[in-house]
Amino acid sequence: MRVSYKWLRDYVDFALSPGDLADRLTLIGLAVEGIIDLGRGIQRVYTGRILSIDPHPNADRLTVCSVTTGGSDPIQIVTGATNVSVGDVVPVAVEGAKLANGLTIKKSKLRGVESRGMMCSGNELGLDPKTMPLDQAHGIMILPAGTPPGQDIMPMLGLDDYILELELTPNRGDCLSMVGVAREVAALLGTALKIPEPACVEMPRSIAGRARVDIIDPSLCRRYVAKMMTNIKIGPSPLWLQQRLRAAGVRPISNIVDLTNYVLMELGQPLHAFDYDRLVDGHIIVRRAEAGETIVSLDNAERRLTTDMLVIADPSGPVAVAGVMGGLSTEVTAETTNILLESAWFDPVSIRRTSRDLGLRSESSIRFEKGIDIDGCLRAADRVAQLVQELGIGEIVAGAADNYPLPGTEKTILLRPARVAHVLGQDISRDEEADILERLQFRVQKDKENLMVTVPTHRPDIALEEDLIEEVARMYGYDRIPGALPTGVTTRGARTSHQVFMKRIKEVMVSCGFDEVITYSFISPRVFERIGLPEDSPLRETVNLMNPLSEEQSVMRTLLYPGLLEVLQRNYSRRVADGAIFELGSVFYPRPGELLPAEKPCLAAAVTGKAPGGWAGPGAPLDYFYLKGALEAVLAVLGAPGPSFPPLRDRPGFHPGRTATVEVDGKEVGFIGELHPGVQEQLELPQRVVCCELDLEVLASAAGETVRYSPLPRYPSVERDLAVVVGREVPAGDVLDVLYKAAGPLLKSVELFDVYTGEQVKQGCRSLAFALRFQAEDRTLTDGEVVERLKIITEALATSLGAEMRV
Amino acid sequence: METRLKELAGEAGREIAGSSSIDKLNEIRIKYLGKKGLLTQILRGMGLLSAEERPRIGQLANEIREELERLIAGRTAGLKDEAGRHRLKMEAIDVTLPGRRVFMGHKHPLTRVREEIEDIFLGLGFSIAEGPEVESDFYNFEALNIPKDHPARDMQDTFFIGAEVLLRTHTSPVQVRTMERTAPRVPLKIIAPGKVYRRDDDATHSPMFSQVEGFAVDRRITFADLKGVLQVFVEEMFGANTRTRFRPSFFPFTEPSAEVDISCVMCTGKGCRVCSRTGWLEILGCGMIHPRVLQVSGYDSEAVTGFAFGMGVERITMLKYGIDDLRLLYDNDLRFLAQF
Repeated sequence: MRVSYKWLRDYVDFALSPGDLADRLTLIGLAVEGIIDLGRGIQRVYTGRILSIDPHPNADRLTVCSVTTGGSDPIQIVTGATNVSVGDVVPVAVEGAKLANGLTIKKSKLRGVESRGMMCSGNELGLDPKTMPLDQAHGIMILPAGTPPGQDIMPMLGLDDYILELELTPNRGDCLSMVGVAREVAALLGTALKIPEPACVEMPRSIAGRARVDIIDPSLCRRYVAKMMTNIKIGPSPLWLQQRLRAAGVRPISNIVDLTNYVLMELGQPLHAFDYDRLVDGHIIVRRAEAGETIVSLDNAERRLTTDMLVIADPSGPVAVAGVMGGLSTEVTAETTNILLESAWFDPVSIRRTSRDLGLRSESSIRFEKGIDIDGCLRAADRVAQLVQELGIGEIVAGAADNYPLPGTEKTILLRPARVAHVLGQDISRDEEADILERLQFRVQKDKENLMVTVPTHRPDIALEEDLIEEVARMYGYDRIPGALPTGVTTRGARTSHQVFMKRIKEVMVSCGFDEVITYSFISPRVFERIGLPEDSPLRETVNLMNPLSEEQSVMRTLLYPGLLEVLQRNYSRRVADGAIFELGSVFYPRPGELLPAEKPCLAAAVTGKAPGGWAGPGAPLDYFYLKGALEAVLAVLGAPGPSFPPLRDRPGFHPGRTATVEVDGKEVGFIGELHPGVQEQLELPQRVVCCELDLEVLASAAGETVRYSPLPRYPSVERDLAVVVGREVPAGDVLDVLYKAAGPLLKSVELFDVYTGEQVKQGCRSLAFALRFQAEDRTLTDGEVVERLKIITEALATSLGAEMRV
Repeated sequence: METRLKELAGEAGREIAGSSSIDKLNEIRIKYLGKKGLLTQILRGMGLLSAEERPRIGQLANEIREELERLIAGRTAGLKDEAGRHRLKMEAIDVTLPGRRVFMGHKHPLTRVREEIEDIFLGLGFSIAEGPEVESDFYNFEALNIPKDHPARDMQDTFFIGAEVLLRTHTSPVQVRTMERTAPRVPLKIIAPGKVYRRDDDATHSPMFSQVEGFAVDRRITFADLKGVLQVFVEEMFGANTRTRFRPSFFPFTEPSAEVDISCVMCTGKGCRVCSRTGWLEILGCGMIHPRVLQVSGYDSEAVTGFAFGMGVERITMLKYGIDDLRLLYDNDLRFLAQF
């Protein structure tokens, strides 16, 4: 909502500067987003009458004009403008003038002829072309004939003004008008509000018998006022009216249309003028559209109507979409001589739906949607009549066809000062509360303790005691309510075990060198193709958006790691080829028979390239074992028992020889593996990529969570190395399993410190070297005990895996 | 004999002073003071001395022995020092070389800020709740006093999954879900961080972003409490000198409602580009929980009151780190992420 600082003064007296007014309005809930100085530093621009126009001696496209700005000597101006004639009054920037774009006018020579000023277009005076009358939108601005020369252009064009740009909340439809904002200012300052009380001399002939209004659906149209005016002389509006419309951001069109817009801006009541003579029988029928009906709207588009939409019709068919847009067939034109003016109340929800379904939002529909003052309909119609008479552009037919089938009852709400104090935590005296509400034009009756408050019809947003409490609080001043801290039972703030679990995972991943990324939860359905998922993969069954922004963001992800691959691609395109990244987030699966899909928290990570190195040596390769090491660290910190990584040869999109299932306590929690070379190539990733993805719900249920301390050893440990030669296809994991099982509780730890294939080991085999640590809690182990254990271990390895010991 | 002793002392003294290693000194000690050393050899002739001369020469010999021992000890210490100094000199490194690379990861800035927000409210006795990102129309709108066709639905352009299922547009559904589970028990003090979605994608809007919702319900929760709690939050988050401003606003699920501005963290309130020259930055919306929302959730709105607030984590992150482009937060450029 654009509020003209000057115009506002018509309705309320105040001595605040535009900036102070803006601050005060902001603090009572009418947020001022910006202040526009319409003058924009314009100086020394006056009205000037063109005395003569002569050809330029040296240029075909230029002319030499002589212009008087009221002084004794005319000014010579060279111009390229073609829309001016002798006798026109135009804005003239004289020597030393400053224009809206910062230009300063100096005496100059144009092709050898002296020019001592400039005739201005609206644009050069900072006027928005969208608010210029169409015939004035281009070229030099022509002022109305008879405008005296030498007048300062600023007040004449309303440029000595400021616009406050209000960002209104959706509940404050009542402030979508000058009077509405003035009402707030008056309440704020405790001064009087001056609402126009329209009065005019009406013709003896009454509207009865000339116009008739039937409301078929009174729930959607609770009131319809029709007012008739005759002998209308259509023409341009006077400058003051144009100027005010411009301030409100509306383009002047013609006097009648401009007046309806003016009163809309002034009072907040949308109005529509029909060409009376093009309405059949002057008969207005307010009804729902019939199936298949269409209307050509004012913007010359054919609109298909549905039976949910309210229309204004005459006996021949729809003439307007109620509250949204008028029809072309009854439009006011230059030939119009009689008009029927509509001032009505339409149902907010109906207007909102219709405007949305037709894709049409207008100044009118915006106001109807928020609820207008049903008691203001007649006044607004009378206000137009008054202005028509004042401008001398028509005659007013007596009376109005005011169809108000279901007059509303006023709402009365109990306001308890004790409740105000309870909600706000601040005592405000009952008298002050009553005073605030009365300033906002609520009617207040006091009983022993409480207030009975009657809500004015312009505030349909007020329905409950809490709404009144907000009115009191905002006018009292939020800043006058001192902050406190809640009293009552103390609560203990803590993260749940799940939250601690998630936070731990993040911390371990970060300490392992991984950067956390956050990617969108919606992905492209084509991702599945790119990562090599087969057509029938259940992971392709997605939760889909009905109205995505693009196909790229149209389905909810069922996997996290494709998002990470995209991050690696994007970084590679920016020449960042190495990386270790992870994401914690949810994946989504349809859940037949349930309203909401399943959401599962997951951890995904991806590594590629190598860690940064330096003068002291190259960085670690970011490969399968790097990622696995990080996963092992995560699992260890979470206390996940018995993690194992059995080979997984058939995960689609992954290297069959470099992928493993991740198991905890025998339960599958996810996978880790290197991208299949084909997928890597398809994704145009330059280096091998290893990914993992874990289901955190499964992991959480398996993880121990609590860390238990084990006593520090009191007896020395015995260390022994053991080198085992096994077939190359035998997984190290199997060797470890056998080893632990055979060794019994005395074996405290095993470290695999070397993996070797080569000359020393026979073909098809590899050597795995382990460092074993034995220890007992209650005694120092003897050499004999350890030797015996080793013997059992080597026998077990030989029997189950055909292992040979290497000496 | 006396002359020979003195000559010997002089000679040994010179040799000690001239020695260049601990080994050499040991040789000198053996040469002069050893069992078969030169001093012993001279003293073998003591028997030839007269009775009155013997003690005098004996004493002289002892003095010489002690003197030589002292010289050797002194020289040993000197040589050790010298060797130590030499070693330190040889071992000098270029301390200006960069340190060996420690490979560190980084939490996403949004995570860092979210955790910071969580920690502040944990300290104020709030617990953390979560809820689904795919929500029902009921929890996202209806229960929050936003019926169908309410103009407030325009404030939040929604991604729909089905007629009654959508991506939550705010974290407020968690408020209703938590209250529903807890009612009629009080007190309840909760924050609910999480991802939310709105159908908007431009320089200042991301279709996915994160919010932290907070609310408290008890028998005597007031607007003053809301102000107090948020003032503490702002001071912890942005520094003790940050001022707050509460101004009336509108949300369908709170009444009265407020918007909270903080004095601009860039210009400390003087007015700059970031705060559009107003000196203030809007950081969150809040208010007293609407009685209808309390009722829908199973509370008696006469008996208990509550406050609620919601803030955008992106906005706070950008202010905190001086990030001027929202899109960086979801671009995942590793060079950006490595700065946090």
